Amino acid sequence: MSPADRFLRNHRNEHLLFVGRLGFATAVVAFMVGALVWRYFDLQISRHGDFVTLAERNRIHVRAIPPPRGLILDRNGVLLAVNRPGFTLSIAVERAGNLDALLGALDELLDLGDGEIERFRELAARRRPYESVPLRYNLSELEQSLLAVNEYRLDGVEISAQLIRHYPLGERFAHVLGYVGRIDERELKTLDPTAYSGIYLIGKTGLERFYERELLGRPGAEYVETNARGRVMRVLDSVPPVAGANLRLQLDARLQEVAYQALADARGAVVAIDTKTGGVLAMASAPSFDPNPFVTGISTAAYKALVESPDRPLFDRALRGLYPPGSTVKPIFGLAALDSGVATSTFRIYDPGVFRLDNSTHEYRDWKKGGHGTVALYDAIVQSCDIYFYTVGTRMGIDRLHHYATAFGFGVPTGIDLPNEAGGTMPSREWKRGVRGQAWYPGDTVNSSIGQGFMTATPLQLAVAAARIAMRGEARAPRLGRTLGQSPVTNPVSEPIVAAAAHWDQVIDAMRGVVEDRRGTAHTAITAMGPMNYTLAGKTGTAQVVGVKQNAKYDARRLAKTQLDHALFIAFAPVESPRIAVGVLVENGEHGSSTAAPVARRVIDAFMQLYPDGAGLE
Amino acid sequence: MAQALSKPDFDRHLREPGAVVYGRRSHWLIPHVDPVLTLLLLILMAAGLLVLYSASGRDMDQVQRQMLFMGAGLAAMSFAAQIPPRMLLRWSWLPYVLGTLLLVGVDLFGSGAKGAQRWLAIGPARFQPSELLKIAVPLVLSAYFGSRLLPPRFKEVCLAVALLLVPLLLVAIQPDLGTAILIGSGGAFVLFLAGIGMRYLAVALIGALTGAPALWFFALHDYQKNRILTLLDPQHDKLGAGWNIIQSTTAIGSGGLTGKGWFQGTQSQLDFLPESHTDFIIAVLSEEFGFIAVLALLALYMLIVVRGLIISLAAPSMFGRLLAGSISLTFFLYVFVNMGMVAGLLPIVGVPLPMVSYGGTSVVTLCIGFGILMAVRSETDTRG
Repeated sequence: MSPADRFLRNHRNEHLLFVGRLGFATAVVAFMVGALVWRYFDLQISRHGDFVTLAERNRIHVRAIPPPRGLILDRNGVLLAVNRPGFTLSIAVERAGNLDALLGALDELLDLGDGEIERFRELAARRRPYESVPLRYNLSELEQSLLAVNEYRLDGVEISAQLIRHYPLGERFAHVLGYVGRIDERELKTLDPTAYSGIYLIGKTGLERFYERELLGRPGAEYVETNARGRVMRVLDSVPPVAGANLRLQLDARLQEVAYQALADARGAVVAIDTKTGGVLAMASAPSFDPNPFVTGISTAAYKALVESPDRPLFDRALRGLYPPGSTVKPIFGLAALDSGVATSTFRIYDPGVFRLDNSTHEYRDWKKGGHGTVALYDAIVQSCDIYFYTVGTRMGIDRLHHYATAFGFGVPTGIDLPNEAGGTMPSREWKRGVRGQAWYPGDTVNSSIGQGFMTATPLQLAVAAARIAMRGEARAPRLGRTLGQSPVTNPVSEPIVAAAAHWDQVIDAMRGVVEDRRGTAHTAITAMGPMNYTLAGKTGTAQVVGVKQNAKYDARRLAKTQLDHALFIAFAPVESPRIAVGVLVENGEHGSSTAAPVARRVIDAFMQLYPDGAGLE
Repeated sequence: MAQALSKPDFDRHLREPGAVVYGRRSHWLIPHVDPVLTLLLLILMAAGLLVLYSASGRDMDQVQRQMLFMGAGLAAMSFAAQIPPRMLLRWSWLPYVLGTLLLVGVDLFGSGAKGAQRWLAIGPARFQPSELLKIAVPLVLSAYFGSRLLPPRFKEVCLAVALLLVPLLLVAIQPDLGTAILIGSGGAFVLFLAGIGMRYLAVALIGALTGAPALWFFALHDYQKNRILTLLDPQHDKLGAGWNIIQSTTAIGSGGLTGKGWFQGTQSQLDFLPESHTDFIIAVLSEEFGFIAVLALLALYMLIVVRGLIISLAAPSMFGRLLAGSISLTFFLYVFVNMGMVAGLLPIVGVPLPMVSYGGTSVVTLCIGFGILMAVRSETDTRG
């Protein structure tokens, strides 16, 4: 640069320099515009499809519409299981952010108990991903308003209207209806996710579980457009759900009430069966429990109390309680003796109060000290003579006893429409070898012949046996369901028990004697309850809880309440043309006559009043 | 001209014919609004209002407010266009000094929004002094170089860089990265156009490259680092920092060639798109009107830029050339940074889409810039 250049402006050079720089800048601008065009082309043209998918996934969500679960009604249309609309507060944990803070805020608003929070945490730990977890059901209007006002600071909180299963008659039907509860993880693995989309309750026990598939219905779907905050803006399309089928039962709610009340404070079970159809008219187990908390999620403390109660209220005694049937089997073995020719109606034995097997010194005692003297079949049943049945039982042998008892339903599940039925035990040689690894001893036959020893049965089986006697061998599986939606619930008939009519007459006549004969074991207890306008046949039973030693005496006063004998009673009425059969068990009720028979009579009385002759059940 | 002129001043006055007419009284009486530029700006504003109406969720109030801003902007533009370039030159230091002082005031007493102190409250109105500097910095630098021999000497470059850095750092500590970039670029464009030696550019480039890690570790706020990380991997934090960029690219991409239609953009209308009426409004346009509209808008912007560059090229004085060039290039940078960041090409900084994004400050500032551009052009007019 010459010195002059420092003072003289060279316009041409400056202009050229400027134009050069501007040209360069323009080139850079052009390049940057190219970059923008390339980028927008890439997004909008090359990858357009991907982004359309993303945008659609953003806005469109498929929501399952849960179907209303089928109602359960008694035979007269009384609602036993209904769906009640309720507002549920649930939390989408994934969207909640700080869960502890949220629960704290909700606690301030709604006063959550520790139990509620604890239960929520349990449920939250087991939830499906992105599934909202219910915190409180059946929100009151005040609670809803509180939540609505504070919505802005309660991220993740959802209030939804849902149908919540409710059992209006509560504990009366708890065992037989069962209950629905939250689908747990184990069930989740086996369920069809489509069939259960939007559904979070499933039948856990009882009829709710047995008829789950039919009660469930089919969920519908709703295609909704949501905004960024997940709020539904509009429904684009929907497929309506199909409601579950209504289940109408054979049960009569009034009779069930009587049965439940008849058990009063006792631990026991009553089953009443419509002899002509096998329909179960009442099936109660006591003590019972309120099934409603199970639907919404029972608190751990409350559940623990139920499980740990010595009275075992959750246990369905009618379906699963196994008790030695005791003397209630005598009519059956009496019929077996007649039918197999071991005894005739005039066959007599002398009962000195004890029975000894040949070549044995072991004494099998009669319940009555000193014995009943000379007895034939009629008296053996009426007075429940053990020695008579020891004698004929030993003569028939266990194989024949097993054959007849099985035909009357002992040792096999009745096939009732309930899950987890217990089948009880009717022992046989094979059974003892298989289960105990021992040979059958003659002494086992003696015990079995009066329904003791290895033999156990459920109260339901007692009722079924009573019905089969009443129907002279006609064998039906018991049924709780009557109609499901529009279709009737079928009831399989198994092969009938064939015996001579005269033999049936003799046995049934003797059972009538149990009630009507002055010497009958149930006579006092039944007639003490006043005159009857129908005829009743029955048989008492007493089942030992603890064995009584050879030379000891059963002394009720010296035994704890839980060690007292169980009281049993089977009955049917009217004798001439039976319509109802009943099986009753009262745990530690001592004698079938004093505690179980009155329960049966109250149920049958109520039945006769509700359905007098002519006013048929159908 | 009472006092004796220095040699370079004399020289300039001798050689630049336009210099003589600066003082003519009639300058104020002739309208200097550039019809081409004005027409292009009006089309741009109309398109902006169209998109804003949809982006705001059909909020007519908001559209009316924006129209008011635009009216104010056009008025400011018309006024700025009338200012004689010589007056601009003489008073160029005033907005710079005023703006810098106000910036100090903001940094000390300003009210914050989103953790950044940018606003100065004057009565009910709020004012961003940093906006003033977007014009003041190019103005003062153009004036400085316009009155000196070019290419500038080392001492001059140092002084210019110092002039640039003072307000730049004051804005950067607010922090307002977007404005800092625009102010810095506005000044840098003047330096570049003034023809500073390539070795300065090389030094600046090397300085930037070595300074970047230091900037990362010592200067950038966490949220700023986050924005850069997010650009590299938006899926990293889907619901947090990555949300904006995922939703904006989804909106743009799903628009396709012709778009989903006015009000039909699901990303925009259902609130998936953040800041849809301000910084991210290009995503609404892309979604509802498609790639074709993006090209059209870009073309409109380029016409404005080209018009500005032509004014710059035609300006008789170096002051005018530098000023017009810097204003035009800065305007383009607005467009590039905004469209680039919304499309996930650049990190997210607060730069609005000029004339389309909702907001009064940016509209008015930009309009004043165009007014000055027109004032520069008036120099050309009156010469002929």
